[in-house]
Formats: sequence, structure tokens, C-alpha cells
Amino acid sequence: MLDARSLRVRIYDGIWPLMPMPASEIERLIKAAIPDAEVTIRDLAGDGDHYAARVVSGSFEGLSRIRQHQKVYSALGGRVGGELHALQLETAVP
Amino acid sequence: MSDAASRIDEIVKNNDVVLFMKGTALFPQCGFSSRAIAILDRLDAKYETVDVLQDQEIRQGIKAYSDWPTIPQLYVKGEFVGGSDIMMEMFESGELGQLLGTDA
Repeated sequence: MLDARSLRVRIYDGIWPLMPMPASEIERLIKAAIPDAEVTIRDLAGDGDHYAARVVSGSFEGLSRIRQHQKVYSALGGRVGGELHALQLETAVP
Repeated sequence: MSDAASRIDEIVKNNDVVLFMKGTALFPQCGFSSRAIAILDRLDAKYETVDVLQDQEIRQGIKAYSDWPTIPQLYVKGEFVGGSDIMMEMFESGELGQLLGTDA
């Protein structure tokens, strides 16, 4: 028997992000994959869901902007566009 | 190539400037898509748009097509240029106007 509450939990589990992703977790994931990265994160809306990140790393040297961004996206392991729906991203070489 | 990929390929190759976005140029359905349109309009660019919300196959397929997880995505002369953040950087530096040939 499925009561309203467990139904709601199921719906949220299946469709919506489980919970906002803290900025510290974004920073941790980026640094785990790009150890020399300097990461600055702003929570744009104060809702833990709309962030702007600036990532500076020597490993971006010689890469196109697209490749630099892809490197960060890959560090975040498929969360961008899903669990982390709004991440404004800026990359740079030190 | 999957059906979605070949459909996307066709769109990208047949349109000099094409933006895959959420909503339409007149009614963008997301802040990032809205920003991309604002940039193109500011540059007086001629462009086509594809509303991914109207086509689930393209909505998913476009992410794999350029290994890029987000929408909007801009393509110029068959090449992937980037999403709205890269568009903004290139707009500010003048590169996008140059690429679109509208800076003269």
C-alpha cells in the first residue's frame, strides 16, 4: 500500500534532485580530479542550486575553452545538467 | 551513428549558425538560453534555433553529440562553439562577433 507520503518520496527520488548540492562538495570534486585547481564558487540564488564557479588550473594550458569546461564537467561526474542543474562556469590558466 | 545523432548532424551542417535551446528565440524557457539569444541578437547575428523541449530525442542526443551536458549549445559552420558561458566570454572579447562575421 502506497500512502501519499511515500508516493511523494518516490516521485522526488525519481524525478527531482534529491537535495541541493553544497558548494563545498562541488569544490571537493573538482579538486579531486584537478589537484592544482583554484576554485571559487558563488551561490547565485542562495538556494544551493544555482552556482557560479571559477576554476583556475595550469592543466588548462593549451586546451580550448570547450576542453577546459569539459574537464570540469567530467570532474563533476555527470552531475552537471542533472543533479547540478545550473552551474555557470568560467575557466582560466593562472 | 544513432538516429538522433544523424538528425543533429544534418541540422548542424545545413545551418551556418544554429542554437539548440530550451524554448524559442521569442520565448526562451531557461535563463541560460535567454542569455544566449540576447548575445546573438546583440551581435545582429542571423541564426536558427532548435527547441529541444519539443523533441526528447534531440534533447538527449545533443548532449552526447558534443560531449556537453548542458543546453544551450551554439554551432557555427558545423563546429561546436560552446554553451552560454563560453558565448559570453567570446562576446566580451570580440571573438564571437568575429566568428559570426558581424563585427565589421
